[in-house]
Amino acid sequence: MLKTEIRSLTFASYARCMGGIVRREGLRWVHQRGRFISALVRPLVWLAIFAAGFRFVLGVSIIPPYETYIPYEVYIAPGLIAMIELFNGMQSSLSMVYDREMGSMKTLMVSPFPRWFLLLSKLLAGVAVAVVQSYIFLGIAWFWDIEPPIIGYFAVLPALIVSGLMLGALGLVMSSFIRQLENFAGVMNFVIFPMFFASSALYPLWRVKESSLTLWWVCQLNPFTSATELIRFALYGRVDWGSAAIVVGCTAVFMALAVVGYDPGRGLMARKAGPE
Amino acid sequence: MPDSLTLPIALEVEGLTHRFGTRKVLDSVGFCIRPGDFTVLLGQNGAGKTTLFALITRLYHAHQGRIVVFGQPFRADASAALARMGVVFQQPTLDLDLTVQQNLEYHAALHGMAGAVAAPRIRDELARVGLAERARDRVRLLSGGQKRRVELARALLHDPALLLLDEPTAGLDMESRGFLLEHVRRLCREQGLAVLWATHLIDEADDDARVVVLHKGRVLASGPVPDILAQAGAATLKDAFEHLTHAKN
Repeated sequence: MLKTEIRSLTFASYARCMGGIVRREGLRWVHQRGRFISALVRPLVWLAIFAAGFRFVLGVSIIPPYETYIPYEVYIAPGLIAMIELFNGMQSSLSMVYDREMGSMKTLMVSPFPRWFLLLSKLLAGVAVAVVQSYIFLGIAWFWDIEPPIIGYFAVLPALIVSGLMLGALGLVMSSFIRQLENFAGVMNFVIFPMFFASSALYPLWRVKESSLTLWWVCQLNPFTSATELIRFALYGRVDWGSAAIVVGCTAVFMALAVVGYDPGRGLMARKAGPE
Repeated sequence: MPDSLTLPIALEVEGLTHRFGTRKVLDSVGFCIRPGDFTVLLGQNGAGKTTLFALITRLYHAHQGRIVVFGQPFRADASAALARMGVVFQQPTLDLDLTVQQNLEYHAALHGMAGAVAAPRIRDELARVGLAERARDRVRLLSGGQKRRVELARALLHDPALLLLDEPTAGLDMESRGFLLEHVRRLCREQGLAVLWATHLIDEADDDARVVVLHKGRVLASGPVPDILAQAGAATLKDAFEHLTHAKN
């Protein structure tokens, strides 16, 4: 028997490929218990300890989308959901650096599907995990009296997906620039913490503006602020169109950069590849 | 079996040159492999074997030269070329936290295979490498030789016509080495699989193999073992390899 036939790539085969990548990410998430537990515990620690400690220090006035005075826990819940997505985006890019060091990235890249599709699938796989984590967090947060309207639980889904895509795409760009895990740890400190603290996740921006106009601008321009506000408004059944536009725009830019970063001709894979 | 000479060449590499910065790692490399050929890419560490594999598998683009798979230039249709190619990389690439079955299912999905098609293929390929009983075990629990067998089963899962193996026996004991070699040779004979087997171990090329001697990024000799021996005026492949490479040092 001599093999010369060719298997064509149909819509169904694309769907199977994406499904397989998402499934693998899910299995890895469940099997790596440390990652699984820390992803759930981290935001709860913020909610249970940080929010409890600061609730009397940081008063929150009535600001949209809230229609009344709210406890501090309620204010930071959307920011903590965005934090779950931020950590997850970085975690999945960390796993790509790990995959590349361990060689399993190669098995993904020798798939016959276009590279942009493989990267998009990898991104969606990370987002799927982040969305599940976010809903688990919302379920637990309910016991802290964080009870958005029922419609909010549905409306937040598209906001979670698009924010997750943006943060995951940012992680992809970073992973294409970073060669070793050791370098990645440093970048995590220079990306995650500045993005999280210079945003509206922990305090409303009018408070930041009172203390520093420059910092207020930094927070305004930070796409993580847009992700947080998109989630915050969606949780109360509203759309913050300005934030949505920024998040979608940033996703497109980060994704384009990631495709360039992983392109075998122009990208960094070729330049970074060392001798055997 | 039809005469393999009448079939399209499985892999044709022509004038392939690649640099890392200013350092040339491959210099005008050229050879071809036909269906049923067992071709050993012989070279010492650093000869350029892994770089050549990375170029053939689209991990990066060649700066110069061309790669043709079953008559299709790689640049024109990389997707069709990759669909016909199975690869065993030098580095282990299995997911240690997943089971053998889950690893193979992942690979089947990466080739767009439906579950109903993939399930019997997984069963058959695992049986052929003697690991049917280990399908539900985590890869972490397997020995080095068993992991390599799983990687071979995985590379063959989508029924490729061209198989590339980069130092597949590195770090394996004699028994595992023998098993892999014999298994792949049988696939060439019985299924017309075209194989490129990169190694620095000369004894992996027996008398019916074709050999490409790669040294410092250049092909020094290419052809059936008897032709290489005649070209080098040597009695054994080891002598021929030493003669060819020392002449170029």
